[in-house]
Amino acid sequence: MIRPHRSHPLWLAFILHRISGLALALFLPVHFWVLSLMLTDRERLDGFLLLTENAVVKLAELGLVFLLAVHIFGGLRLLAMEFLPWTSRQKTAAAAAIGVSILISGTFLLQAI
Amino acid sequence: MLRKLIDSVGPQFEAFKSQDEGLGVTETDKNIDVSVWRGGPDGGSFQRFEVPKQDNQTILDVVAWIQQNDDPTLSYRFACRVGMCGSCAMMVNGNPRWTCRTHVNKVLKNDRLEIAPLRNLPVIKDLAADMDPFFDKWREAGGVFHPTKSRNDPVEEISPLEEERQNANAGIECINCGVCYAACDVVAGNPDYLGPAALNRAWTLLNDTRDCGSQSILAAVSRGGGCHNCHSMGNCAHLCPNELSPMTSIAGLKRVTALSFLRPGN
Amino acid sequence: MLDLKLYLLQRLSALVMAPLVLGHLAVIIVAVQNGLTSEEILSRTQGSFWWALLYGTFVVAVSVHAAIGLRVIVFETLKLKGFALNSLTWAIFLGLFFMGARAVWAVTAVGAT
Repeated sequence: MIRPHRSHPLWLAFILHRISGLALALFLPVHFWVLSLMLTDRERLDGFLLLTENAVVKLAELGLVFLLAVHIFGGLRLLAMEFLPWTSRQKTAAAAAIGVSILISGTFLLQAI
Repeated sequence: MLRKLIDSVGPQFEAFKSQDEGLGVTETDKNIDVSVWRGGPDGGSFQRFEVPKQDNQTILDVVAWIQQNDDPTLSYRFACRVGMCGSCAMMVNGNPRWTCRTHVNKVLKNDRLEIAPLRNLPVIKDLAADMDPFFDKWREAGGVFHPTKSRNDPVEEISPLEEERQNANAGIECINCGVCYAACDVVAGNPDYLGPAALNRAWTLLNDTRDCGSQSILAAVSRGGGCHNCHSMGNCAHLCPNELSPMTSIAGLKRVTALSFLRPGN
Repeated sequence: MLDLKLYLLQRLSALVMAPLVLGHLAVIIVAVQNGLTSEEILSRTQGSFWWALLYGTFVVAVSVHAAIGLRVIVFETLKLKGFALNSLTWAIFLGLFFMGARAVWAVTAVGAT
């Protein structure tokens, strides 16, 4: 349940940025570790890469792509607000960031299946 | 003469008179179920009151009704009652509001109200929050005017068209009610954070060409609890009763402090 | 908790990463089309100085960005501060940096496999 003072678009943009950032930061070590298997255990690496054909793993990947997209476009909105300075219509910009992210992760899904 | 005037207005006046009977308020037969936070610095709890509902009624009216008709020991703070002084802000159904200009109809949920002291501040008693940390942070953020001239100098001419003046104008209608401070989740997570109002004040002063304290303001807002902690979640701009945007002012401070760090001397 | 310097590092690393992330998203979408294998990854990256430079920059920037981001979340939610908070920030940065550098080495160095 979202508390009353938080129920507005920019707070949702904030929490989306925070959750996506946290999730990506937690995913990074796994990402790096799997790639470094190239040095030590290529069979195991190919085993992991084969897993990506699994529908559930594909959905998880879709989630990751969406999180990355939403974090970068949300982040670009913040950078624009702070440095361009480009301060009006923040709600529209935040909505656009999410829209573009859905578009990108949708493209990923279409390519992946 | 007056009679004649009234007659000439005729039916419109009659309609107006009946609507306005009893200082613009008509009692309805409904009651509002009001939970009011009672207690002090060491804690407390909600106490329930039944308050008669009226057609035109503000939250401050509700609190005043309880204090005058039910429990005279209820403590709360108010002064002007017209949205000028900034002393009557409280949490109303979870949102910080200026109670004197918040209509009950606008915030009522299922004929229920929950009224509490402002969030993120210590409580003195009942609905009266201790505003000291709030105003201490105004000073900490460099918010006291740094004059360049004495009374013997001619009054400086300021063009309202200058960009700096327009930046300042966008933020100067702050009435220090503390609504943004109570709405801000960064303040809740970091008690040292200066908060939206103090930083908004710093931004207006930085853009005031009559103020000579730019360097001290930039230093004050760049410390550990300064403007760089803001996450631009915009609770402040969303709830500011004067529709200011401290979030935008803080973005300005971030930009100016960053540029002055990267290009010292500018 | 952020002061001016940490804020600048956070925004600077974000600016560096902005084009890299957009490129990364493009590579993800292109690479996923024919399924992922270790060979396919290596054919793209192995022996390439530019991929190594690109991913190397990416790893440095993301380590800084994630360390500062997690620092803020830990401070605000777990109330950790002072020496403990600084140590944690450094530990996250160094951990991600070394894991990331190893991953970049794994996919770009010739003869590493």
